[in-house]
Amino acid sequence: MPMLQKFILFVAGVAAAWFAVGAQADGNGLLNVSYDVARDFYKDYNPLFQKHWQATAGQKVEIRQSHAGSSKQVRAVADGLDADVVTMNQASDVDFLAEKGLVARDYARRFPNNASPYTSTMVLIVRKGNPKALKDWNDLIKPGVQVILPHPKNTGNGRYSYLAAWGYALRQPGGNERSAQEFVGRLLKNAPLFAAGGRDATTTFMQRRIGDVLLSFESEAELIAREFGKGEFEIVYPSLSILTEFPVAIVDKVVDKKGTRKLAQAYLDYLWSPAGQENAAENYLRPRDAALLKKYASQFPPIRTFTVDEVFGGWSKAFPTHFKDGGTFDQLYQLK
Amino acid sequence: MSARATRRATGEPLWLRALLMVIGLGFLLLFLGVPLLAVFVEAFAAGWPAYRDALSDGETRSAIALTVLIALVVLPFNVVFGVAAAWAIAKFDFRGKSLLITLIDLPFAVSPVVVGLVFLLLFGAQGLFGPWLAAHEIKVVFALPAMILVTLFITCPFIARELIPLMQVQGKDEEEAALSLGAGAWQMFFRVTLPNIKWGLLYGVILANARAMGEFGAVSVVSGHIRGETNTLPLHVEILYNEYNAVGAFAAASVLALLALVTLAAKTIVEWRMRHETQRLTASDLPPEKG
Repeated sequence: MPMLQKFILFVAGVAAAWFAVGAQADGNGLLNVSYDVARDFYKDYNPLFQKHWQATAGQKVEIRQSHAGSSKQVRAVADGLDADVVTMNQASDVDFLAEKGLVARDYARRFPNNASPYTSTMVLIVRKGNPKALKDWNDLIKPGVQVILPHPKNTGNGRYSYLAAWGYALRQPGGNERSAQEFVGRLLKNAPLFAAGGRDATTTFMQRRIGDVLLSFESEAELIAREFGKGEFEIVYPSLSILTEFPVAIVDKVVDKKGTRKLAQAYLDYLWSPAGQENAAENYLRPRDAALLKKYASQFPPIRTFTVDEVFGGWSKAFPTHFKDGGTFDQLYQLK
Repeated sequence: MSARATRRATGEPLWLRALLMVIGLGFLLLFLGVPLLAVFVEAFAAGWPAYRDALSDGETRSAIALTVLIALVVLPFNVVFGVAAAWAIAKFDFRGKSLLITLIDLPFAVSPVVVGLVFLLLFGAQGLFGPWLAAHEIKVVFALPAMILVTLFITCPFIARELIPLMQVQGKDEEEAALSLGAGAWQMFFRVTLPNIKWGLLYGVILANARAMGEFGAVSVVSGHIRGETNTLPLHVEILYNEYNAVGAFAAASVLALLALVTLAAKTIVEWRMRHETQRLTASDLPPEKG
C-alpha cells in the first residue's frame, strides 16, 4: 500500500513541522495564562525575564503564553489548563481560582501592591474635537448623549465602567447608594447597546461610528490609536475614576506538581523590578514605581482615583452586590 | 442541469426569470461576495509587506500547521466510520437502524460549544475521568487529543450522510454478483463498492475537511489558547482581532478564505463528476424518457 505509507509519512511530516514551529512542550518552562490585551506587555516582558534568569540562575527558560477573555481563562485553569501563573485584569477572576483551591486565598498579599504590578483607569474616549463637550461622568447622563460600553454583567471593562460611574456618584455631595444607583441607571439608559467585549465596543464606536463616548481602559486607548489613528479621537480624563488593578498569582497546585515554584515566583517578582516597571509604562500601563510614573508623566496625566476595595469593600463584595443575578445591574436593567 | 429542467424553466415568463436571477445573485453577492472581498481588502490594508510579515509570524504558521494536522488525523477516521456506517445502513436491515441514523445526525443538532463543554465535563480536571487522567499524567483537554476528539465529533456525519443515499440507490445487486462470481470480501469492496461510491466519498471528505479546518466553538472550549501550541487558525484569527492586530487577523482569515475557495473549486469538480456518473447510471438503468 504505497499510497497509505505516503499518507502516513505526510501526516508525520506535518506533525513534525507543527512541533518544530510550535513551542517545545514541558521541560523547564512556564505557562502564563493571561487576559487578551496583555499580549503586547508579555511579548516584551518575557524576553526581559529570560535574560534576567539566564544571568542570575544560569538557566534558559521557556515561557508559553495563553491569551483570551479573562473569565474564560480562569475557567480553563480550573478545568485543568496547566498554568504556572495567572495574570488577570480583575481580582474576581483570581478569586474564582482561590475558591477552587488552585490559588492561595491570600494571593493578594503574597506580592506588593495588592499583587497588581501595574494599574490603569477608566477614561472617556470622545470623538475628535469633543463635539458634545463631555468633560466628566455627569455629562454622560444628559439626554441625547449615547454611551458605548461593554456588557457590565459579564465583561471586565463593562464592570469597571459600571463601578467607576457608581463610585463617582457616591462621592458627589449628598451622594448615597440610592443616588448612585439612580445615576448609573440614567447612564445605562444612554447606552444604545451593550457590546460583547472591549474590542467589540471599540469597533462599535470607531468603525460603526455609533455613540458619542466610549468607556475604556486608559491603556487600551493606545491600542485603539494604533489601529484607528491618534487623531481620530480624544481622551477625556474625568474628575474621578476607578483604579483598575491587574492581579497576578502563582497557581500553587500546578507549580507544586511541576516543581516550578521558584521559577514562577521569580517570574512574577520581576514584574516589580525597574525593567518590569518600565516595560509597563512603555505599554501604557501605570507603573507602581512613583519615580517612573513621574518620568512618564506626559503619558499618564494625574487623575484622582478610588479602588474597588475602598469604595466597594473588594471584589468579593462588589461582584455579588452588583453583577450576580438579581444584583443592582439586573434591577436597573429591568427598569430600562 | 439536465435537459428536462432547462425545458421547464423556459416555460416561465422572461421577467420572472430575470427577477429570480437578480434576487439570487444579488443575495449571494451581498452576503457572500462582499464579506469575502472585505477579508482580503482588510488583510492587504497595510500593504503587501505587512501581509507577508503577518503570515510569516511563527504563531500564525504554527496555527496553520496545527489546523492542517488536525484535519489530516480526523479525516481517515471519518472515512472509515462513514463508509462502515453507510454500508450498514444502506445494505442491511437490522434492529435499531433508525436509532443509528439519528445518532449519526446528532452532531448536526448539537451546538459546537456544547460539544466542547461535554468533553470538558468528561475529561476536564473537574470532570468524570479528569482525576484519573491527571493521576496517570495523560493530557487530554487543553492539548491536541481533545482538539482532535471534538473535531471528530463535529465532522463525523458528513461522509456517512453523503454515502447513505448513494448506496441506497445503488442497492446491493452488484456486490451480490461479485460474491457469486467468487470474489473475496475485500476484493468486492475495492473492485465494486469503492469505485461506485468514490465521488460521493470524495465529496463527503471535502465537506468534512472544510468543517474540520473551520471549526471554532467546540475547539475553542478545549484548546486553552496556548500560543504556538494549541491555537488553530480560526482561534488565532479571533485572538489577533481582540488584540487590535487587524492586519494579522485578516491575513490569517484570508488563509482560511483561500482554503474555503479551494474547497469550493474541488467541490464543484466533484459534483460535476458525480452528476456525470449518476447520469450514466440512470441512463443505462431506466428506459429512455418520452418527451
